[in-house]
Amino acid sequence: MIASIYILMALVMAPFLQGVANRTKAVFAGRHGQPLLQSYYDLYKLLCKDAVYSRTTTWIFRAGPLIGLSCMLAALTFLPLGSSPAMFHFQCDLVLFIYLFGVMRFFAVLSALDTGSSFEGMGASREVFFSTLAEPALFFCLAALARLTGNISLSGLFAGATLSALPLLALVAVSLFIVFLSENCRIPFDDPNTHLELTMIHEVMILDYGGPDLAFVLYAAALKFWILGGLIVNVFLSFSGLEGAMLLPVFAAGMLALAVAVGVVESVMARLRLLKVPQLLVGASVLAALAFALVLRLHP
Amino acid sequence: MMNNLVDLVLAFLLLSGFGLLGSSRLVSCIRISAAQGIALGFLILAGNFGALSLRVMLIVAAVVALKGFVFPRLLVRALRESETSREVQPFVGYVGSLVIGVVILIVSFWLGLKAALPVASSLMVTVAFFLFLTGLFLIIARKTAVNQVVGYLVMENGIYTFGFAAAGEIPALVELGVLLDVFVAVFVMGIAIYRINSTFDHIDSDQLRSLRG
Repeated sequence: MIASIYILMALVMAPFLQGVANRTKAVFAGRHGQPLLQSYYDLYKLLCKDAVYSRTTTWIFRAGPLIGLSCMLAALTFLPLGSSPAMFHFQCDLVLFIYLFGVMRFFAVLSALDTGSSFEGMGASREVFFSTLAEPALFFCLAALARLTGNISLSGLFAGATLSALPLLALVAVSLFIVFLSENCRIPFDDPNTHLELTMIHEVMILDYGGPDLAFVLYAAALKFWILGGLIVNVFLSFSGLEGAMLLPVFAAGMLALAVAVGVVESVMARLRLLKVPQLLVGASVLAALAFALVLRLHP
Repeated sequence: MMNNLVDLVLAFLLLSGFGLLGSSRLVSCIRISAAQGIALGFLILAGNFGALSLRVMLIVAAVVALKGFVFPRLLVRALRESETSREVQPFVGYVGSLVIGVVILIVSFWLGLKAALPVASSLMVTVAFFLFLTGLFLIIARKTAVNQVVGYLVMENGIYTFGFAAAGEIPALVELGVLLDVFVAVFVMGIAIYRINSTFDHIDSDQLRSLRG
């Protein structure tokens, strides 16, 4: 029951978070900003339109958004809510969880290459490069949590942390946050607002989509934001010791706080030079590896 | 509870080592090494929490004052005169340094397991080896003299941590003597940095070989 409400909440609220992040940035800049529900208006507008396809593209280009969206929907069903398990869970499902993101990325990259545009090829190359560096960090984070809780299912990772695990979980949370910003193409890795080919990663890969396809891509991106952010919020929830239905509002509040945090980061930081990005991502991996090593040593 | 506190400080020491390996700005390197010195003071306090004596307090005060405030002040002054703000081209790049840091961490864990010492926290020997090797690596891999001094200080912190882990009770005279030695070393190195700078207009120690006649 809670798991169904939880998934419904994610499906409804996911685009709202982008509105919150945008509003935070607007407040920082002293602007009024777009409406909080702008993402929903955009999705509705796009869904009402027809799709236009270039003649150079093949079925891969058309399948890309659908596969991406279905991967995110599948990943969403594995995301637990604090100590209460997700809708689906089995041993080692965290490997499947991470590779669902891999499948989504693979098809996004293929369909970007399918258009034959050199810009999209450039974006695809960057996307693959950055995610190659971000994936070890994500794996190390989940491995550290798995070792800490003695559980290799994603649903058991966020239960009953004690205060002695605080430094470990802080390391994991910081590392996850860096991965979260990188995977969602936010500042300092990519600027979601610009349409300048030198700075774009995600934006440049979806230039050729229009209409419902673009709506699917954007909605999948919103779900990705929600799912990866949900991991971070869950790390904090594991301290709370809350049970059952009480977790839902706390989780939602945590996601809103995370969206505000993203907005704050985007307002106070500049985008990193492309050469500096690998350094930050390797740093995230190092933090996660350090957390894993500490878990091995302190909680044998 | 006290063991938790010791572990927290040790985790911070590990983290600061990675911070030093990954940052190119010399001022932030100096600041991190200062924070490391202060954390070392906390480590001694937390390790001796049951039996705080005047002797321990005195040593902690000396460690924190020297490593947390005096050395950074000296280095920042040397840096300001040299008008260098960052290490532009180290021998080993920053991403490479971080990866080597992980390797050092693994080696230190292995060494920590091998050296079965009767210590308060099993992590302490590991951290000692990690700091020692990181300091050594910084001295080898960086070109600017300031970073090499920072590496020397980190190495000294590692030796200090190891001494604390292995012996616990070192006579106050020995500890103060070591601190005095380090102080003199950093003082001399500060002067050396100043001299290198006034001779060459930079603090790149790699260029010293051009002094050969």
